[in-house]
Amino acid sequence: MKRKVLSSILCAAMLGSLLAGCGSSSDVATDSSASADTAGSEEAAETESTEEEIPNSTFGDPNGTHLEMWTFVELHGQHYGNMVEKWNEENPDRTIEITCTTYPYSDMHTKLLTSLNAGTGAPDICDVEVGQFPNVVAGEDLWLYPLNDAAAPYLDTMVTSRMETYMGADGNYYGAPYHVGATVMYYNMAVLEEAGITQDDVDAVVTWDDYAALGERYLEAIGNEDGKYWTSVDTAGTDWLWIAMAQYGEDWTGGFDDPANVQLESVSNMLTMQQEWLESGLAEVSPDGHVDLEAGFQNILDHNIVSFPKALWYMSRFTNYMPEESGNWYIAKCPVFEEGQPCSVGIGGTGTVVTQQSVDVELAAEFLCWAKMSEEGEQLIWDNLGFDVCNTALWDDDEFAHDDSNKYNAYFRNYPYDVLNEIKDEIGKISVVAISPTINEYVCNTTLNEVLEDGMDVAEALQELQDAVDLEQ
Amino acid sequence: MKIKKFLYSQKVAPYVFVLPFILSFAIFWIYPLCSSIVMSFQNIEPKGTSWVGLDNYAKLLKDTVFHTAILNSAEYMLLTLVLLIPFPMLFAVLMDSRLVKAKGVWKALMYLPALTSVVISGTLFRLMFSEYSTGQMNVITQALGLGTFKWLKMKGTAMGALLLVACWRWTGVNMLYFLSGLKSIDESLYEAAEIDGASGIQKFRYITIPLLKPTTVYVVTISVYAGLSMFLESYMLWAGNNSPNNIGLTIVGYLYKRGIEKNQMGYACAVGVVLLVIALIINMVQLVLNGTFKKEEK
Repeated sequence: MKRKVLSSILCAAMLGSLLAGCGSSSDVATDSSASADTAGSEEAAETESTEEEIPNSTFGDPNGTHLEMWTFVELHGQHYGNMVEKWNEENPDRTIEITCTTYPYSDMHTKLLTSLNAGTGAPDICDVEVGQFPNVVAGEDLWLYPLNDAAAPYLDTMVTSRMETYMGADGNYYGAPYHVGATVMYYNMAVLEEAGITQDDVDAVVTWDDYAALGERYLEAIGNEDGKYWTSVDTAGTDWLWIAMAQYGEDWTGGFDDPANVQLESVSNMLTMQQEWLESGLAEVSPDGHVDLEAGFQNILDHNIVSFPKALWYMSRFTNYMPEESGNWYIAKCPVFEEGQPCSVGIGGTGTVVTQQSVDVELAAEFLCWAKMSEEGEQLIWDNLGFDVCNTALWDDDEFAHDDSNKYNAYFRNYPYDVLNEIKDEIGKISVVAISPTINEYVCNTTLNEVLEDGMDVAEALQELQDAVDLEQ
Repeated sequence: MKIKKFLYSQKVAPYVFVLPFILSFAIFWIYPLCSSIVMSFQNIEPKGTSWVGLDNYAKLLKDTVFHTAILNSAEYMLLTLVLLIPFPMLFAVLMDSRLVKAKGVWKALMYLPALTSVVISGTLFRLMFSEYSTGQMNVITQALGLGTFKWLKMKGTAMGALLLVACWRWTGVNMLYFLSGLKSIDESLYEAAEIDGASGIQKFRYITIPLLKPTTVYVVTISVYAGLSMFLESYMLWAGNNSPNNIGLTIVGYLYKRGIEKNQMGYACAVGVVLLVIALIINMVQLVLNGTFKKEEK
């Protein structure tokens, strides 16, 4: 008899342990909250978190509505933590408690897509990187809650092109942006001055020809030293091509209505120009493919390159990974192909979405839009994350833009917002639609390598790209 | 009492015992297999699923990136077979002979890489093969006066890096398989051969290799599948699923890209079915040629 009891207990225990694996995932998330405070590393904005443990932290009023938030940048989570405290002060009748969980970049997007597909397990609010956005927005209002109403109070001061970046094919806004991502030229003025090039020389650059000529002058001044270049061109990033398209007013995605066409004058001109630079020794290919990687930072620190175009959010890379370069770098407008063209384009970004699975979609949307688009929110975004905020009303605000205690203002030789104001009306937009990931992937994996590494004919490479894109549309 | 009778019945008991296996096999293998074959004929989108017939397969025929992935996987599989069958066999024979001292230490050392996480070792290999002048491999080539290389950007060196990871990781495992095979060979056969004046090479050729055949067949079968389904090594080496000119893309990498990254489950299922068919064909041919299906001669 005893044996029977024992064996049935054992069986029950086995069964129990089997079923325990099927427990709800939200329990797992709260279990690891202890690690939140210890993992306070200064994660660069927009780089993925690589920690093994999953940092997560809960902020706000424990009696309020509980919202789950996923991100792939720890600093973003802290931003919501700060904002939720302010929200609770201002809205004592609608308080919120928010748990922000940071996952590595690809894990988070995979998890989000899977849970949206499955119809369960998704968070209330989630960061989605712009390159991944088309995959998520494919579910439109079946998966995501439209932010049109919640964003309405802020729309008149927001940069509209950034709102449109996170629009669905049905015309609804689904994502709230952090920044404009306006592209500018970064110059290492300290090194340039040693070579006899002044800030006025840099300011005088208008076209890419001027830019190349100044580069020749620099290389001559340093005696064409081996391993030193004026700039580096990317084989694993499309920034240069986006700049070119914006300057010519072209868009390879064709937007929501037209089929994608990559055989554009702008793209062809940019690639041909880069091939010439590589041949003449003016430029090198960025180590590991683009400048926003460890090897890229090292290349900049070693002064192997002294100028490159990148969006304003790259400022945080300087302060986080290259603090010793403080005071050396100067921000200027991007050169253009022909005088009179607009010089900049908004690149990169993260749109934050509210999922339909949220416990309270309206509250989540209202809080999200307030946290990212209101003046209070934008102030914190600039101070902590170093982004060029989308609320243009703040750009002229002297107190906001010229605050010398801001670490980004202190790092660079000029005020970033001064450059931003100068190019205010010249910031173009490239659409992010369903075909975007396909184009992006083929360009970065194949086309750019063929053209810049193997010296393939530009027209031929673009034809191949077009064929690959046509297969998907 | 009835339950007791049921459980103690000689007819039922065997089924009860194999039930856990049958169940897990059906739920985690048969069901996904059937469902992915069905899904490969569908277009699965967030807003609904539609039948598209053979469209996914027709697209695969035109998809050059998929062809690159197949070629990469096939090349990787063949090269791993070339490297990971003869060498571990030789090492196993060496380990089994009297020529090697401290066998336990060697075995442990050879097996150790298999216990490490591919995620960690892959990251380390990626840093070693960095194209920057401070990467370990470039430090070595520079010391030899060869200059620096863009290891993970060129087809040849990239495949070399993948094979290095594979050999580093699997040599010890395959060696252990062969060692256990060697242990089952009767010593007296070698003694008899020695008396007949056979040389070491002759003993290896006429006794070891034929008697190791069951082990070899097993190792080849799992290596074919492992080679074709390789994904993680390449994913770690290029820190993601994208490599220059797709030199590191494998069939499973492509399946992951389509299914998980791009959320095109139908198309990804078609990729998976093609992988299954390729692996089945190669292994069937290989097993038939080896005579595994022949009735044993008595």
